[in-house]
Amino acid sequence: MNTGALHSLGPMLAAFLASLVEFVEALTVVLAVGAMRGWRDALLGSAAALLLLLVLMLLLGAALARIPLRAVQLVVGTLLLLFGLRWLRKAMLRSAGVIPLHDEDAAYAAQRESLGQAQPRRGRHDTFAMLASFKITLLEGLEVVFIIVAVAAGGAHLWIPASLGALAALLLVGALGVLLHRPLSHVPANILKFGVGVLLTSFGSFWVGEAIGVRWPGDDWSLLGLIAGYLLVALLGVNLCRRAHASRAALLAH
Amino acid sequence: MQALHRTVRELLAFFVDDGRLALLVLGWLALLWLAIGRLRLPAPWDALLLFAGLAGILAASAVRRSRAG
Repeated sequence: MNTGALHSLGPMLAAFLASLVEFVEALTVVLAVGAMRGWRDALLGSAAALLLLLVLMLLLGAALARIPLRAVQLVVGTLLLLFGLRWLRKAMLRSAGVIPLHDEDAAYAAQRESLGQAQPRRGRHDTFAMLASFKITLLEGLEVVFIIVAVAAGGAHLWIPASLGALAALLLVGALGVLLHRPLSHVPANILKFGVGVLLTSFGSFWVGEAIGVRWPGDDWSLLGLIAGYLLVALLGVNLCRRAHASRAALLAH
Repeated sequence: MQALHRTVRELLAFFVDDGRLALLVLGWLALLWLAIGRLRLPAPWDALLLFAGLAGILAASAVRRSRAG
């Protein structure tokens, strides 16, 4: 594999996996809204949000192309680093049992409960259903847009692989939602978040490093070293967290 | 005004769970930037220090949260 392929495949994989997690969470709410209030308005709300996100991405892409690469790498890389570390820390704490795992079935049930027992309306639009779908798609989608922008911070040629990765995730989750009509609770969300956290943290470190003048050994190949290094630290960290959590529980029991 | 405040908080929450983690990361990056620019930190120490500092900050933050329960 040459460095060009590494440069394209990395952003595509990171965008695909991160978008998969975000779209699965959005799908849970859209399914609950659709089942309780009607599919037409739930889907219209989501479609409007996706359109807005597409416009936002095109505007951001055009704006970022005018800013010097080093400035983009510094600002976007720092944000990506904070974003990735936040994901990775949360995934570590969930793996260690410090905080509970995210349960899509429970989220679906809670969403249905909060939507009440209202019957789908016929004829007129259901503004509440449209807004609920719009809001969740926009909220989760904003994270996807940021991830695409951030993993493409290395250059304009990375926009296409990063966007294709996110689009593939959207199509996959959409197709599974249409086929199954229920939340994708069997997706190993925390393992995905763990992996995505490692990838985003590695890309963030790499871009920021380039911006502040770090000379990476082996250039782009050092991305693989960063991925392996963060993965190792995160796995060791999970063990440390588990021990720290157990000692606290033992202390409280006495 | 309240809606704007809520939007800013939600945007900030995209990037920051633990304020101390975010501050330490920013501080470490600023320190390295200075060290590379002013002290001419030799390669590969610049890359190693960047990674080691960030990895240490991440692990310490997660362990601190686990101790807090």
